[in-house]
Amino acid sequence: MEGGSVLRHGLPGEQLLPLTSADAVSMADTLVSIRDLRVAFGGVPALRGVDLDVRRGEAVGLVGESGCGKSVTWLAALGLLPAKAAVAGQVLLDGQDLLGASPATLDRIRGGRIAMIFQDPASALNPVHRVGRQVEEALRLHRGMAGPAARAEARRLFDLVGIPDAGRRLDTYPHEMSGGQNQRVMIAMALAGQPELLVADEPTTALDATIQAQILDLLRRLQAETGMALVLISHDLGVVADMCSRVGVMYAGRVVEQAPAGALFTHPAHPYTVGLLGALPDMVGPRRRLSAIPGGVPEPWNLPPGCAFAPRCDHASPACAAAVPALQPAGDRHLAACIRVNARAPEPA
Amino acid sequence: MTDLLELAGVSRVYASRRGLIGRAVAVRAVDDVSLRLAAGRTLGIVGESGCGKSTTGRLALGLERPDQGIVRFEGEPMPAPGSPVWRRLRARMQLVYQDPLGAMDRRLTIATQIEEPLVIHDIGNAAERRDRVAALLRDVGLRPDHAARHPHELSGGQRQRAVLARALATDPALLVCDEPVSALDVSIQAQVVNMLTDLQQARGIAMLFISHDLKVVRQVSHEVAVMYLGRTVEQGDPEAIFADPVHPYSRALVSAIPVPGARRRERIVLTGDPPNPADRPKGCAFHPRCPVAVAACRVETPALQTLPDGREVACHLAPGTIRKAA
Ligand SMILES: Nc1ncnc2c1ncn2[C@@H]1O[C@H](COP(=O)(O)OP(=O)(O)OP(=O)(O)O)[C@@H](O)[C@H]1O
Ligand SMILES: Nc1ncnc2c1ncn2[C@@H]1O[C@H](COP(=O)(O)OP(=O)(O)O)[C@@H](O)[C@H]1O
Ligand code: SF4
Ligand code: SF4
Ligand SMILES: [Mg+2]
Ligand SMILES: [Mg+2]
Repeated sequence: MEGGSVLRHGLPGEQLLPLTSADAVSMADTLVSIRDLRVAFGGVPALRGVDLDVRRGEAVGLVGESGCGKSVTWLAALGLLPAKAAVAGQVLLDGQDLLGASPATLDRIRGGRIAMIFQDPASALNPVHRVGRQVEEALRLHRGMAGPAARAEARRLFDLVGIPDAGRRLDTYPHEMSGGQNQRVMIAMALAGQPELLVADEPTTALDATIQAQILDLLRRLQAETGMALVLISHDLGVVADMCSRVGVMYAGRVVEQAPAGALFTHPAHPYTVGLLGALPDMVGPRRRLSAIPGGVPEPWNLPPGCAFAPRCDHASPACAAAVPALQPAGDRHLAACIRVNARAPEPA
Repeated sequence: MTDLLELAGVSRVYASRRGLIGRAVAVRAVDDVSLRLAAGRTLGIVGESGCGKSTTGRLALGLERPDQGIVRFEGEPMPAPGSPVWRRLRARMQLVYQDPLGAMDRRLTIATQIEEPLVIHDIGNAAERRDRVAALLRDVGLRPDHAARHPHELSGGQRQRAVLARALATDPALLVCDEPVSALDVSIQAQVVNMLTDLQQARGIAMLFISHDLKVVRQVSHEVAVMYLGRTVEQGDPEAIFADPVHPYSRALVSAIPVPGARRRERIVLTGDPPNPADRPKGCAFHPRCPVAVAACRVETPALQTLPDGREVACHLAPGTIRKAA
């Protein structure tokens, strides 16, 4: 059913796209490289060939509507999916394939080189343990620290993430803290292993706007200070535009567009990205009628042939049903999975 | 012209217990709020969780009685909830909430649920009601075959349309929409927002549109009120408030909204946690987080003042109301 895969960007051993000097640099700098990642739950596909790179120190945004596979991509990458999930493809961390890694290796990498935080911090924290103890446990696991040293480091991390009165707050329970403070605790725990990559899955979705601004500010500062890479999963295009230098857009289990943030928001190439931006109300300028994308996301067990966006796409033609469109160059470091991309004039550099 | 809906100096106080053995403290969920809404217009209410938006909505519908102040609908004081007069009035004012699945009965078909208010208010005979349900489905963009489905057989956006169809069944003059699109993805959200504005134009419905999403509120509102800890801190024309907020809280709130494409504005990051309504700071309730607070803010509660451009602001430092720092 999969077509056009010859042109997929950067399959191992077959670099079919013209290399630019920026690409050459990026290959050396690549921290995580996801290739043709496929996940199915009980035969129903959730990911249908995801390709995504994260370079050292960069902030990558991952956007798309609920259910498109943003979370599953990273849960699969880190071996966090239930056993019933069928996972295939490659997730390379510095060239090492995580999908084939032993449980012990994965345990070391998770919370160590790669940390993940989630939307709902309260449910990710253990309600019956004091928050300080949970951070100390992460320090023991990933940095072999214990006793007063771990306590002191936990306190330093609390200070770092801006928890006021850090010394005393170590002894509180998750339910005694606000949602924003719990998210700070989660971030402190994630930092315990000095990760090279922090995957933040909707880290501010459950928070109020002014608290969201605080947490985004914190993530930006930590990223600058520690040099870690950040993958920010969000359904909010504004949040991603604000935080990330590169953005991937997912639809129905695939990355349909990826580009530098500036290019994505000024020259979106995939009709779905164009649609998402048109559907978003503005904060400034004259009010206009929103250009809603018609219809809804297809059910994963009932996908249309070829391009999954075709039933909602203004530009769909019979050719769109022939094969799943592969990512193709749509500008400088800009890829889009739409058969019309070739026909488009290249965007101004 | 009398307003369709008026809240005059309305307060609502809840007794809330802290912990299991804590003594009850009074929570002023809504504190001296005054609003007016004319037929066919939309008033947006924005603010963070717990600031009293939903409580204001319930007061507006007469689902709860204010402890102080008065609510008027079409110029008449709101009758007591549950009274026969109030029940009759309910046909003219309906509530749409955030969670369409929670708002529906999973055992009943969509058609049955849309018809329900017609049955309750004894409107039309069976055949007329069937026609009305079909017309409502069409109005909200659902297909005839959706009528026989159950709520879980619809997508989130379709369920929200069904909830709207039910709210519209009795041809209400007022809709209180409490986070009506917050649970929806952006592409579906745009469909529902467009539909709401179309329906308003076609039917002249007034809307109290409650949301924490400033972008959506700007899209639909003719007027907007920003609430903080139960009080209105700024109210007026959405263009003015979102382009040039005056109250320090509105400024922080507006600056906190990231917008793709737009040049990044100076972001005002407030320090501190969201406030606790059970522990309302004295004076201006915003003063512990306010970057420009002066001594007077800690003791004196600022009243809403009308600015030259017509908007109302409750801040000691608002232009025209500047007072000397003590
Ligand atoms: N029935 C009740 N009993 C006690 N306290 C209540 C009750 N209803 C609301 N409150 C309190 O009143 C305050 C305002 O609540 P309200 O639901 O109006 O907030 P809101 O602005 O709608 O928040 P959100 O954005 O989270 O929906 C909150 O502190 C809330 O906990
Ligand atoms: N544990 C699971 N079992 C079965 N299906 C799942 C599971 N986790 C996710 N899915 C399905 O995988 C798809 C992608 O989900 P997800 O990655 O969570 O989406 P999102 O983009 O909203 O993060 C959805 O169709 C979802 O229902
Ligand atoms: S491949 Fe065809 S249907 Fe898919 S986005 Fe492009 S034009 Fe639309
Ligand atoms: S009254 Fe004082 S504390 Fe309140 S918003 Fe104005 S300046 Fe800030
Ligand atoms: Mg998710
Ligand atoms: Mg509410």
